[in-house]
Amino acid sequence: MTNPKDSTGAQVPNPAEEASGSSRRNFLSEITAMALGVAGIGSIVVTTRYLSPNVLFEPPTSFRIGPPDDYPVNSVTYLPDQQVYIVRTPEGFYAESAICTHLGCITQWKPELNMIACPCHGSKFKREGSVEAGPAPRPLTHFAVRLTPDGDLLVDTLEIVQQTQVLKV
Amino acid sequence: MIMNSAQRALDQLRSTRVWKSIFRRGPARTNRTRSLAVFGNLFLHVLPVKVRDKSLRVRATYYLGSFSFFLFLLLSVTGILLMLYYHPAVPQAYRDMKDLRFVVSNGVFLRNLHRFGAEAMVIAVFWHMFHVFYRGGYKPPHQFNWVVGVGLLLITLFLSYTGYLLPWDQLAFWAITVGTNIISYVPLLGQPMRFLLLGGHQIGENALLRFYVLHVVILPLAAVMLIAIHLWRVQKDGGLTVKEDHEREK
Repeated sequence: MTNPKDSTGAQVPNPAEEASGSSRRNFLSEITAMALGVAGIGSIVVTTRYLSPNVLFEPPTSFRIGPPDDYPVNSVTYLPDQQVYIVRTPEGFYAESAICTHLGCITQWKPELNMIACPCHGSKFKREGSVEAGPAPRPLTHFAVRLTPDGDLLVDTLEIVQQTQVLKV
Repeated sequence: MIMNSAQRALDQLRSTRVWKSIFRRGPARTNRTRSLAVFGNLFLHVLPVKVRDKSLRVRATYYLGSFSFFLFLLLSVTGILLMLYYHPAVPQAYRDMKDLRFVVSNGVFLRNLHRFGAEAMVIAVFWHMFHVFYRGGYKPPHQFNWVVGVGLLLITLFLSYTGYLLPWDQLAFWAITVGTNIISYVPLLGQPMRFLLLGGHQIGENALLRFYVLHVVILPLAAVMLIAIHLWRVQKDGGLTVKEDHEREK
């Protein structure tokens, strides 16, 4: 709305508008801009949340691997479904991830070399997971191993443990 | 004789009501009507009405931009045809890819056209970029179009990368494993970004579907938008960067 003009053609200032420093039009535009802004941010938040799935059909993070007697002393057993090595030393058991810490390829236990090797970019690890050579930035991850009440070993890949930690059986 | 009758037939066609309702003008015989033909066409209006004949010489551009655009069209057409036989699901995707190679009539031809076309497009886009760079095409007034071009280069690479997973073979699986693990090295946002891209912690059905949607909908749409802006800006920025004759002699 334009203000009425006086006889010289200049606009007569609206006293109410001058006092508050804004007009009805400004007020409505600001309210609309704010409402659109809130709706915009809201839809981004809702969409981002939507993109992240709540149910995943992935292998379980903890699994039974049978009784300790299945694993001879001084052996490295690769479990292909879970992509972990079960290592039994005279001290006890530990489970370590077979996924290379460089870029996620599956490593392979080489008994003749007594090391774990990655085919993708040539990283080499000692049996207990320390990096021997290649681009891998970290040693292989060790997972917690427990004994269930009925005598099975249980690996929990969500619980990452120190390299020195072994399960004595 | 044949030319004359063809010309007569064309003139007759141009005088029909249907033709006139679509094109709204007669034959483009004068500069004015030629300009109007470009202005008044949705597809042509992004192109300049006039170009310097220097910029049409092969050595001015080697038609690298046009070649990239042609490959984009080729990949769109072959890609749509491949979609008719491809299911983005595990393990059907791998079987569909094998079917396309060994069972579907001319499937191997279309698949190879798509695949090698994609590799050619990456090469063409890079070559185009180097050529524009050495011609100084990134300098004012072309600086914004250079940025659009960098966006198109990235989209080309993302298209190439997302398409790489779709055959769902060992090569695809491990390439995407390595690639998405590179993403997880981004500070703070790396892991969430990888999770959103894969739709999980591992490369599985969700990841295949997400890469498929990116590859066939989101990235091509973004590419079409940026290509339109890219071509239109060539005209708005005053034509291609061409070497003047006196520069050529140096």
